[in-house]
Amino acid sequence: MRRGNRNIAGAIIVGTIASAIGIAAGLLIHWFPTAASTQAAPIDTLWDVLLIVSIPIFVTVSCVVLFSVKWFRMRPGQEQDDGAPIHGNTRLEVVWTALPSILIASLVVYAYLVLSDIEKAPADPAREMHVNVHAQQFAWQFEYKGTNGKTVKSDDLYLPVGRSVKFDIRSDDVLHDFWVPAFRMKIDAVPGIKTHYRVTPNKLGNFEVVCAELCGLGHAFMRADVHVVSGNDFSAWLAKAGEPPAAAGGSQTAAVDGKKLFTEGNGTATACGSCHTLADAGTTAKIGPDLDKAIATLAPAAIRKDIVDPNAAIYPGFSKGIMPADFAKTLSPKELDALVNYLDKVTSK
Amino acid sequence: MSTATATRTQRLLPPLMRQPSLFRALEFTLLGVAFSFGLSALVRWGYDLHPIVDATAAAPIIMLAAPLFFLVGLGAFDYWFYWAAGKKTRAEDHSSHGARSWKDYFRINTDHKVIGIQYTVHSFLFLFVGGLMAMLMRAELAAPGRQFVDPNTFNGLFSVHASVLIFLFIIPVFAGLANFVIPLMIGAPDMAFPRLNALSFWLLPIAGVLMMASFFMPGGSFASGWTAYAPLSDSAPIGQDFFTIGVQFAGASSIATALNFLVTIITMRAPGMSFFRMPLLVWANFSTSLLVVIATPFIAASQFFVLLDRSLGFNFFDASQGGDVLMYQHVFWFYSHPAVYIMMLPGFGIVSEVLAARARKPIFGYRMMAFSLLAIVVLGFTVWAHHMFVSGMQSWIRLPMMVTTAIIAVPTGIKIFSWLATLWKGVIHLDTPMLFALGFLTMFTLGGISGVMLAMIPLDIHVSDTYFIVAHIHYVLFGGSLFTIFAGVYYWFPKMTGRMFDERLGRIHFWGTFIFFNATFAPMHLIGVQGMPRRVSDYSEQFAGWNLFISISSWMLGLVSLVFVYNMVASWRGGPRASANPWRALTLEWQVSSPPPIFNFDHLPTVVGGPYEYGVPGAVHGVFKKPEVPVATAGATAGPPEEGA
Repeated sequence: MRRGNRNIAGAIIVGTIASAIGIAAGLLIHWFPTAASTQAAPIDTLWDVLLIVSIPIFVTVSCVVLFSVKWFRMRPGQEQDDGAPIHGNTRLEVVWTALPSILIASLVVYAYLVLSDIEKAPADPAREMHVNVHAQQFAWQFEYKGTNGKTVKSDDLYLPVGRSVKFDIRSDDVLHDFWVPAFRMKIDAVPGIKTHYRVTPNKLGNFEVVCAELCGLGHAFMRADVHVVSGNDFSAWLAKAGEPPAAAGGSQTAAVDGKKLFTEGNGTATACGSCHTLADAGTTAKIGPDLDKAIATLAPAAIRKDIVDPNAAIYPGFSKGIMPADFAKTLSPKELDALVNYLDKVTSK
Repeated sequence: MSTATATRTQRLLPPLMRQPSLFRALEFTLLGVAFSFGLSALVRWGYDLHPIVDATAAAPIIMLAAPLFFLVGLGAFDYWFYWAAGKKTRAEDHSSHGARSWKDYFRINTDHKVIGIQYTVHSFLFLFVGGLMAMLMRAELAAPGRQFVDPNTFNGLFSVHASVLIFLFIIPVFAGLANFVIPLMIGAPDMAFPRLNALSFWLLPIAGVLMMASFFMPGGSFASGWTAYAPLSDSAPIGQDFFTIGVQFAGASSIATALNFLVTIITMRAPGMSFFRMPLLVWANFSTSLLVVIATPFIAASQFFVLLDRSLGFNFFDASQGGDVLMYQHVFWFYSHPAVYIMMLPGFGIVSEVLAARARKPIFGYRMMAFSLLAIVVLGFTVWAHHMFVSGMQSWIRLPMMVTTAIIAVPTGIKIFSWLATLWKGVIHLDTPMLFALGFLTMFTLGGISGVMLAMIPLDIHVSDTYFIVAHIHYVLFGGSLFTIFAGVYYWFPKMTGRMFDERLGRIHFWGTFIFFNATFAPMHLIGVQGMPRRVSDYSEQFAGWNLFISISSWMLGLVSLVFVYNMVASWRGGPRASANPWRALTLEWQVSSPPPIFNFDHLPTVVGGPYEYGVPGAVHGVFKKPEVPVATAGATAGPPEEGA
């Protein structure tokens, strides 16, 4: 009534074009990491559908704001004017309650269908593989049932392509979260209970396990490698990994490298260097005491005690409970000896 | 005789130690520390524990007891002690009401306007502390690998950042703005319980000092996230206690304030102010207070469980002793999901006020706006486990939680659409409060959309605990809550200070914030979906580019906030005088002088119509009746009372 040229049709065209551009851009963006499981495709499609539904909603809200500002902004001379005293419109309110409700209901049904799809048990349960996943600060360990019925342990996750695998996930200490972004699935590792999910890898390659639940100092570094291999390669790997320790130990050579253990850990035990500074190993972390100073005067026996029972004596300026107290379990006696020898050698000059 | 004794005791102590003051509070705090050491030593001696005096063992007692001594010293309980001792009560005791000099802001003050400003300024201090921590985190994250801080400090930074901004900024700053505005809006001389109101405020600095002090503890500050998930929090170094106990004080403050709001709103409305004539800000805080009163005890409980585990060796969350780890998360989220609405509903109220007054239109669908607030309150209690879709809880419970979470978008959508309709055919004054309100409308829509996406379980499984969550929460709490807070601070600045802010600087602040907010948080959606987990100090090379971009944007965002600080400080000190009603708004707080008289209304208003009748010819919200006693110079009926002292 106060202003003439409000081109509502033009605004709708602008909104439609903007939505189309938005949707096109949204679908062109490379959102997800590599998809390597049959679970990935339905989830990625769900995301596309959500984008297609959401972008027009956002564009509509933005357009109403922008065109209202364009059309109804106060012009000079209107300083004392008020707007039209519109208090509401029941029909409009019914529409914008009903339409979103219908939309939401359809999305929920669709999401439910996707969920049943990705969590569906395989047609032939006997063919499904079971892997026990063991999480602890700050490493993953995977347990398989070997060909001879013995348990096979591995720090890397090996999976055969095209076969459904069910993970049983456990934690001994705090919460962790077993996430393989390429598989799109995750679940917490919860002390006291066993959690599960299943995936069917469908792409050969190397991927990554990421801990997705804050678990302490080493959370950012709690990773493991995933190798999806062919069925034959998997059987071969399982047979080799399941051979008696002599073969496995033999391949690692008799002498354990203390320095390597210090900087890289052994896959179960966290690397010392991720928390400690040690000039010889080239590490500079400051979570724990600087070992060049802290243990320079200690005898090998005292160094060993500090590793296996870190809370017995605390170096000034640090506190109890930070260093893992289970190195006696996670390091083999041979590894412990090698580590103590190494530390003693490089710190006592 | 009794007077003689009293005089004698008083003479024994110099006035500084006798009168309630920050000085006496300090004395009492030291006394509290000594008491705690004594109590701890006594118990340890009794159980034959050595050493008898152990600072680590005494620490939780100190953290609980010393603040109470501090409050006694400050004088928070003086009047209650006086009353409890059976002395004659003073019916109209206004000795601690109002501010006549800046010093009156640093003592127990029962004036809701003083408390409102105490709350607001105190909260903004913590906004800047929390913001600085965020920028330090972004410095560490600017490149992969280690930059400035070790993982322990980094984990501490994001934990304290979130805790401080949630418990010491967003929740209390809304309580502060509402404290200032609500009694004025409903035509009341003050809050229902002014002394409780003062106590509520002074509990906050305690929580703030505790959380910040944790950085100086051996082992660093609390570092298990603001969620403090057990059992990580059970076994964390002593810094964790500062969160566990700090939250108790912030929570007690929230609960006391919420009770105060409820009683004030229910019983102290001016004649004629029916519920459906209340401004929507009052409705919003009424709804928020319901949430606070019902939900906050749950976070208190969750943290007491952790405290008992830590200090007394209980096993609530020790699975090897029959504890239940998931229980922590259920109790925690039963508060912390409603807390999201505690941090949003007051902002909805602010936006309704600003939009109506600055678009010069009645709020579209007023009753639906009020009912949708109540719908959100009810639904807000039925969605908590959507934070736990990947927690390993029983899987069937995910479905009802997905449905309720999606449903909550409907009342929220009603509010968004009604605000949009309020703009239609208005006369839009595009000034700073309005810019922030419009910015909120668009940014909060994005936060709401990503919220609906997260409700979809299959997608949530992939993006839980990734940067997608970080993006979502910041679109809701920064693009949502903080934008409304800025809108509200600019809108009521003239009323609170009696001065006008600099409009040009306000606009620079808005556009800078809007641009760099999006530059900081929008890319986080992408890196989250691509697979970057949250709460990590290091990340893989593929995310390096976006992280550098995000870091630079976040520092710019921090720089822009300096414009706001300068504008607020300079305008408060020397801005042009504000008139009583610079926005020509109809609600009652604008019908009194700026700043309002010390007792709000010289004579109480009578409400005769709705709060937003803009454009309705001859419509009035409240009228001020002539005083009963005829005054020689009788003014106009609705004229604002004279300037306060």
